[in-house]
Amino acid sequence: MHLALFLIFAAVCVGGAINLLAQKHPINSALSLIVVMGSLAMIYLLLGAEFVAAVQVIVYAGAVMVLFVFVIMLLNAGVEERTPHASRVATLLGVPGLIIGLGISAWVVSRITGLDKIAIGGPSVMNGSDVFGNPQAVGQLLFRDYLLPFEVTSILILIAIMGAVVLARREE
Amino acid sequence: MVPLSYYLILSAVLFACGVAGFLIKRNIITTFLSIELMLNGVNLSFVAFAAQLKSLDGHIFVFFVMVVAAAEAAVGLAIIISVFRTRETLNVDRVNVLKL
Amino acid sequence: MGIGTYIIVSLIKIVIAVFILLTGVAYTTLAERKVVAHMQNRWGPSRVGPFGIWQPLADGLKFIFKEDLTPPYANRPLYILAPMISLVTALTSIAVIPVGPWITVAGVHTQLQITDVNIGLLVILGVTSIGVYGVALAGWSSNSKYSMLASLRASAQMMSYELALGLSLIGVLIYAGSFSLRDIVDSQAGTWLGFIPKWNFFKGQFVAFFIYIMAAYAETNRIPFDLAEAESELVAGYHTEYSSMKFAMFFMAEYANMFTVACLATVLFLGGWSGPVFGPPIMQALMPVGWFVIKVIAFIFIYIWVRGTLPRFRYDQLMAFGWKFLLPLAIANIVITSLVVALK
Repeated sequence: MHLALFLIFAAVCVGGAINLLAQKHPINSALSLIVVMGSLAMIYLLLGAEFVAAVQVIVYAGAVMVLFVFVIMLLNAGVEERTPHASRVATLLGVPGLIIGLGISAWVVSRITGLDKIAIGGPSVMNGSDVFGNPQAVGQLLFRDYLLPFEVTSILILIAIMGAVVLARREE
Repeated sequence: MVPLSYYLILSAVLFACGVAGFLIKRNIITTFLSIELMLNGVNLSFVAFAAQLKSLDGHIFVFFVMVVAAAEAAVGLAIIISVFRTRETLNVDRVNVLKL
Repeated sequence: MGIGTYIIVSLIKIVIAVFILLTGVAYTTLAERKVVAHMQNRWGPSRVGPFGIWQPLADGLKFIFKEDLTPPYANRPLYILAPMISLVTALTSIAVIPVGPWITVAGVHTQLQITDVNIGLLVILGVTSIGVYGVALAGWSSNSKYSMLASLRASAQMMSYELALGLSLIGVLIYAGSFSLRDIVDSQAGTWLGFIPKWNFFKGQFVAFFIYIMAAYAETNRIPFDLAEAESELVAGYHTEYSSMKFAMFFMAEYANMFTVACLATVLFLGGWSGPVFGPPIMQALMPVGWFVIKVIAFIFIYIWVRGTLPRFRYDQLMAFGWKFLLPLAIANIVITSLVVALK
């Protein structure tokens, strides 16, 4: 059951990622990235990371990507231009080669280090008794051990807001 | 039960898709989307290792990566808008002079 | 409970919940027309059946037989996808809403809720934030200036008020100490002095409740915040170019969202299904659900009442109201609530 769910959502993830590469119009790419993010949230749930899954949907898919879609709509970005003299063969061979190569190297490395012997999930995660990434636990860690980094990120966000306002403002 | 290596392979494939998109795409927004895809691939391995080690620190890292990604998207898209305003193009190859 | 029983019970609950929700949506449209009509000294729909009771059915049939137009130069796949996103996200949020306590039917002990998850409230917030795409894509893909303007307005408005909405809920979460909606309802059981219910509304969250109501009206694009469909400026809003069942899907999504908002208000602020229970055992089993339904209907009536009473805001007023008034007020509410809890 766990494996079946993982395979379904992993297939959706990879399909979305490849569709992002294949689409010519940026809005289609943005929507396929949203699909990737949604199915990643499901995979996080399989890994027992409830809070991260919820934040993934709310912050990533619900806020950051809306910003992207907004900008694409506002700029009315058309179909992507092709670079002249771009080698089609290099793209058609290089992209699958890169993806498969990195996938295989991840498999080889996990074989060497013995990580493929470790299994995650199973019935304990499914019925909720082994969900350790619940909001209470994450909150206690975040607001005790990681309080300083948390405050620093809040300053980072503040600077980002001001930077965005200054950059996007039209000069009079 | 799913072996940890499956999660790592998925993470590597997503990261590779992000790298490939970053290299072959000419639209600046799609390039940006590819960076987000890479960050998502990395996040997946953080969460997978957190599940393996039964430790929540990986989740906290993912949380911070998301915050940085949000800040980056806000500033980056503002830059894209101001570039588009002066050059009327989203093609990264055309943005090749520092001053107009 | 075995996995087979679990799936069958869940499927039955999903079918019942969706059926009740869609029937509720249909009859809310009728109730809205009737109530507003009586407020304006008219009769409202009265021809189809006694008191116009079959009007929703007639409206549905009319929608099905209308011609389904797609504007030329529309982005066809996204044009079809947008209403689906709206409707699906609107219907999904009902999955985590608890409508009553545990019951035993035919030897199966189950809760009156499709599923109880630890992050129930976050699920609802996440699903509603995905719903923004339906609005944004509808406006962009129909390739019309009015739709585009309206969808930009609507998505900016929904994102701004989502902040105030989310922050207004934190006071409740501080009291309940859980994201699970069932735990939140359980934390509101009991009374003071035998007659004042221990609802979050009476625990001092009434400011949060009013922030929630206003943010929710903006979230669902209802008067006085229905700038996205201001017919005097934008023809009809982001669904100007939609017709037939695609338009009906947006329409149903709007009313289903109203139901979600009403259910959430009931669960978070008005004590969910808690209320006095008496009488024979069968009545004791059904009365909590009855209380829940009464509270939801009362909330929807307030929705319609406001629509019949208030005029529309101007867009800059709307944004200023959200960012400069509701957001600081929600933050102040969080600070005061946490001080009260910490000093207790």
